[in-house]
Order: sequence, then C-alpha cells, then structure tokens
Amino acid sequence: MTSLTGTPRVIAGGVALTVLAIACTFLLDPYRNYQLALVAAYLCATAGLTLLIGLTGQLSLGHAALMAAGGYGYALTANALTDAGVEGLPRFILGLIAGVVAAGVIGLLLGLAAARLHGPYLAGVTLALVIALPAFTSVFVGVFRGDQGVQIAYDGVPEALSALIAVEQWQAWVAILVAGITLTLLTLVRNGKAGLRMRAVRDDEVAARLSGIPAGRVKVHAFLVSALGAGAGGAVLCFVTQSVSPGAYTLAFSLLLVVAVVVGGLGSILGAAIGSALIVLLPWLVQTGTGALSLPGELQQRLSGNLPVLVFGALLIVVTAVWPGGIRGALRGRKASGTAASGTTGHSPSEPISTEPLTTEPLTIQPVSTESER
Amino acid sequence: MSHRSAPPRSAITVAAASVMLIALSGCSTPAPAGEAASTPGITEETVTIGTHHPLTGPAAAGYASISAATTAYFEYLNEQGGIHGRTIEYVVKDDGYNPSNTQNVVRELVEEDEVFAVVNGLGTPTHTSVLDYLNQKKVPDLFVASGSTSWNQPEKYPYTFAYNVDYVAEGEALAQYAEDEFPGKSVCVLGQDDDFGTEFTTGLQNVLGADGLASVQTYSVSNQDVVAQISAMKAAGCEINMLATVNGFTALAVGTAAKLGYAPQWFSSSSGGDYPTLVTFLGADLAPKLLQGFVSTNYLPFGQDDEWRALFEEINTEYNDDAPFDGNTVYGMSVAYLFAEALAAAGEDPTRESLIEAISSGDLEGNGVVPLSFGDDSHAAFMGVGITTVDGGVQDFVGSTYVSDGKGKVSKDDVEPVSLSNEGVPED
Repeated sequence: MTSLTGTPRVIAGGVALTVLAIACTFLLDPYRNYQLALVAAYLCATAGLTLLIGLTGQLSLGHAALMAAGGYGYALTANALTDAGVEGLPRFILGLIAGVVAAGVIGLLLGLAAARLHGPYLAGVTLALVIALPAFTSVFVGVFRGDQGVQIAYDGVPEALSALIAVEQWQAWVAILVAGITLTLLTLVRNGKAGLRMRAVRDDEVAARLSGIPAGRVKVHAFLVSALGAGAGGAVLCFVTQSVSPGAYTLAFSLLLVVAVVVGGLGSILGAAIGSALIVLLPWLVQTGTGALSLPGELQQRLSGNLPVLVFGALLIVVTAVWPGGIRGALRGRKASGTAASGTTGHSPSEPISTEPLTTEPLTIQPVSTESER
Repeated sequence: MSHRSAPPRSAITVAAASVMLIALSGCSTPAPAGEAASTPGITEETVTIGTHHPLTGPAAAGYASISAATTAYFEYLNEQGGIHGRTIEYVVKDDGYNPSNTQNVVRELVEEDEVFAVVNGLGTPTHTSVLDYLNQKKVPDLFVASGSTSWNQPEKYPYTFAYNVDYVAEGEALAQYAEDEFPGKSVCVLGQDDDFGTEFTTGLQNVLGADGLASVQTYSVSNQDVVAQISAMKAAGCEINMLATVNGFTALAVGTAAKLGYAPQWFSSSSGGDYPTLVTFLGADLAPKLLQGFVSTNYLPFGQDDEWRALFEEINTEYNDDAPFDGNTVYGMSVAYLFAEALAAAGEDPTRESLIEAISSGDLEGNGVVPLSFGDDSHAAFMGVGITTVDGGVQDFVGSTYVSDGKGKVSKDDVEPVSLSNEGVPED
C-alpha cells in the first residue's frame, strides 16, 4: 500500500468513498435513504459550485437554474425514450447525458459572459437566469408544462435486486454512484493543472496573464465544469423524484446552494458534502423540533416554512464569524492543532498540489480577487 | 509525502471494510418484505391518515381552511366514538402548493408517519408529482382535492380516487348552462396553465364546439398579474368569461377587470368560486357589487337551508374555533365524512385492500348534490354539478343540476340530494 499518487489515488479514494456510502444505505430506513439520495444529488451541484467560487472566485447565483436544466433535460429525454420503448439503464444513461449536456450548454454561455463580467455584474446575470426560469417554463408551456412541471415514469428496482433492496435504497445507489463519479472528476480537475490555473487567475489575474495563462478561457472552463456538475445533480434529482418543476428551483434554493458551500467551507469538496447534508437535514430537523414543541397550530404553520431559512441565515453568520474557513476549516483546524502540524493558516502557492483524496488544504475565504485588479 | 497521507487511506479502508461487514449482515434481513403482519397506520384505537395542503404560499389564502375543517369533523366523529371503535388522526403537512415540497412531505407521511392512507391531497400540479409514488407504494390515495381526470385511471392508478367534480364535466355543465340561460353571448375562458385549465377548456369545447370560444387565456400561479389576459378578453369582446382559476386568481381576475372598467358575466369552476372566500380577497363592501350575478358550480351541500350545512355549522362552532364558515368548510367536512363512510364500509379490521374495495364497490353515498360515480371502472367522485349564483351577497343553488355522461353529453337533471342521517356519523 505504498504511494498511490495523483490521478490513481484520487480515483481509488473516490471508489472507496462511493462503496462506503453505498454500504451505508443498508443501515438506513427507506426515508433516510431517500434523504441520502437527495444529499447525493445536491452534492453534485454544490461540489461544482464550491469549485467555481472557491477556485476562480466567480459567484453564481444561478446554479438552481443549471440544476433545472439538468432536470428538464433528463425528464424530456426520458419521456421521449419511454415513448420510443427504451427502458431501464439505457434510458437513465441517455437521460443523464442529455441533462448534463443541457446544463453544460447554458453553463458555457454563462461562462462566456463570466469571462467578461466581474463580481456583482456576473452575480446579476446568473440571478436573472434563475428568476427567469418560471416565466420561461410558462411561455413554453407545451414543452415544459408550466408550474406543474414534467413528470417521468417510475424507475423501479432492477429485478435481480428487487428481493434485496427497497426502491429508495436503489435510488440512493444510483444517486451515490453519479455523485461519486462527478466528485471524482471534479477533484481531478481541481487537483490538476486546470485547478492550479484557476487559483492563479483568482489570486491575481494580471500575474496569471503575464505567466501566459489565458484567464478568460480558464474562467469559461470553470463555469462549464461547474455547470456539468449541477446538470448531473438536477438529472439525478429528477430520477429520484420522478418530476421536475420550476417550483423546485427557486431563487431561495439557489441562494441556499451558495450558503451551503460557504458554511461547509469554500473550495473544499468535503465542505460541499457538509453543506448538502445541511440543505436536506436542517429543514427536516427544524420541523421535527417545532413539531415536538407542541406549539399552537397556526404558529407552527408559519414557522414550518420560514424557520429553516432563518436558521440557515443565522448559521451562515455564526460560521463565517467563528470559522472563516467554514465547518470544513473548523474540522481541519482542530485536527491540525492536535498533531501540531506545521501551521493551519491558508495555503502557500509553493505547496505541492494536495494528495489527500477528495480534499485539499482549506482555502481561507479571500475577498474575491477585486483588490488585485490594478 | 506518501507517509503523511497513509493513515487516512488505511482508515478509509478499515471503515469501508467494517461497514461492508455490517451491511452484509444487514442483508440477511431484507427491509422491504418484512412488515406484512400489520397494516400501516392502524392500531387497536387509532387510524392515522395524512394529507398535503398549501398552508403557506400562493394558494394558501384560498384553501388553508379546508384541512382545519376536516380535522374539526374528525374530532366531532372521534367524540361520537369514531369508526369501529377507532379514532381518526389526521396529519396535515404544508407543501406551499409547490410540487417539489409535496414530494418531500408525502414521502414523510408514508415512510415516517406510516399513514394508512393519504386523504384529500390538494392541487393538480402538486398531487401529480406523487401519483406514481403512492401507487407504486400501494398507499390508498383517496379523494384528491382536484378535478383533474388523471385521478380517474383505475387500470393505471388503482389506488387513486378523485374527490372534486371532474374538470371536463364541470366545463361541460357551465357551457351548457351558458347556452341555456345566456344564448348567443360570446364566451371566453381564463385557465390555469396546467391540467386544471386545459381540461376545463376541453369541457367547454365539448359543448360549444372547437371554435366556440372567442378567446382562450392562461395564467401561471407563480405570476400574480393577469392584466394582460383580462385586457385581451376585453379586446376580444368577451361577454361571458369562464374561469378555471384558484380562489385567489378568481378574485384577481374580477378585481382586474373592474379596474379596467370591464364588467362581463363571470362563470367559475367550483374550485375558485366560493363566495365567502372571495369576499376575504375583495373586501366585504366591494364583493357584493363585483360579484353580483356570479355563476359557479358546486356539488356539495352549500344551500342556505341545507341540513348538512346546518350540522357543519354546528361542528364548525364547536370544534373549529368558530372559524369563518365558507365553501371550504363544507368541502373539508364533506370529504372527512366520505372517508369515514369508506372506513366504516372497509370492515372491523380495515386493510388497505378492503378500503379500496369498499370505495370501488360503488355503495358509498357521500353527501353531494349529485350521486357519487365510484365503481370498478370509475374512480371519479362526481360527474355532475349544481349551479349556484350570487345575489345580494348570498350564494345559493338555482335549482339546476347538470350531469355529464363522461363522453361529452350533458343532461339537465333533477337529482335528490343525499339526506342527512344519524347526525352525520356513518354507521358501522
């Protein structure tokens, strides 16, 4: 078991974690498996987003719309294939590809805009995308079916497995598998030369250009990669819930994705995982909590929709105040001080690209590269 | 470097191996086949059922009071001893009229709360998103609060039954009433951009002909502005405007038209035509003026001197904190009554199968102004409606009942409504 390094090491780590997660599904009841499948689907998107924000400093408030593109791409393709008599694995794979491609195309367009826009202007464009989504699905109601969204046929457990596992567990497997592949690929991008270039562009765009890095192309590339992740997430979410509708991809959800990656720890894949788990579990925990308090019915109704958002906001403030590196940074900080490792502050550019599977040195949140403009 | 990173990797290997071991031992007791012995949601003393309703969001103002009324009727019933000695517990979850939330809360009801049945899940777009799931899980999906024809597919969805009058039948009834009472007028429609609006429009066209509508407008719930649509109807010279709208949008349409100085004759589906609810949107001083002559369908006992209505008003006072009494209250209590009747018919020890059988038998009576249409090959609740109008701020039946044969033919009928017996408690 000596030195697996670089790409094989990341792949080995990815496979190990995927197998681990799939094994975990046996310990969970169906509803928890459903929640796990949701976490895995969101993780595809947050992992892409954390890469985008953390590595290139480009803020996207439109990732919900990219997920929706993945979801609609999957649903429309799956329905077309169902009509054509294609079922099972081919339908899923083709649908997934269509979803990822749909999100990729939009991501590419956004990326082209991103290469020309900075900070708030870029955020504005991505914001417009997610706000326009319900209007778009209403205008092309024949295809996207308005607020009602598109429904797809149920994909049951394959026969060979049907005696062994429940349908939720099967869905969790599929979601975990897609998330595992997506995350491994994203980690490879992140740890490889492309990731290094992204960081260089983020830290000092002028210096990067002077070193011969095509900053514009790197930014477009980052947006594209991140959108592909979101597309995969949206497609998987559609597979798990058998439907996609604009109501699932609101502005609030887009913001939630950003909050999740910031709370988890910007730039870190583990942070994205923590953030995705929070998106799924926090509303449920809050609801269970308020349910246990036996509050008057009307108050409980009002709280059930709003309290999770409030808790998220509070969490964001507390986490960024106490651990600027997010929860991931906090975890790492404790570990490092325990082993008296060589300092926990930030990363030095000369440090070799990380070799830990799926995670690297925490990126301290830096105010996005505006100060280095001149 | 490889030294530094060795521990985490071996830790992962060990963890993976141990989890695999636990997992394999878990395999020997497969989760899904386990619980055959008992029926979910049924104990010696209780029957637990659940639903999804919009308690927040765009549709909440029009419908949030339904589940409260249902709960009130069940409390009344429980105090009379329940059904076969069991009390009914009704779990209501908020989905904000957002299909993606519906998915979550319905899974929670089925997996976490282990409900016996889902009763009266509200909304076409919302409930569509859980239709496959509930049937896959073989959970009785009873009395969906929507008139979409999707619920009436016994072969494809054997566990799903509708409650509202079929939207197509409703459109047909209103179109026929328009032809009978307002001949020669130009008819238009404003519909929600989903199955609700589409099917209602189909019903209108079944009677008026494919080109019988002067203008067809749609709106989307996520956009609270219908100025464009109402202006288009005004420009098209529409004299009768048919509405397939939820309550909030009925009020919005009527209010917008008034602002534009446009006063057509309004015809509304039952889903968005509840006068007391519309008053809460339009205000008590304006509503009687704006809604004078407002035509709407109804299939539930909402007549001013109906004995069911009197009973429900009593229950509302005693068990629902004397909340405002409106069509939603009658609706919520009527659907609760129908469920109680079905549960009573399902036998001493009800199972999901016996419940489905009891409804499919066609023996349930309910309390509608037209008979129930449930049967082996029909999962539609009502195929006909009574017509109501508003006069001087009072909504009441005009006495005409229209029943569709499900094939585009409407007949004007005189049907005897189901009379009240045993103080509204189904007999075991």
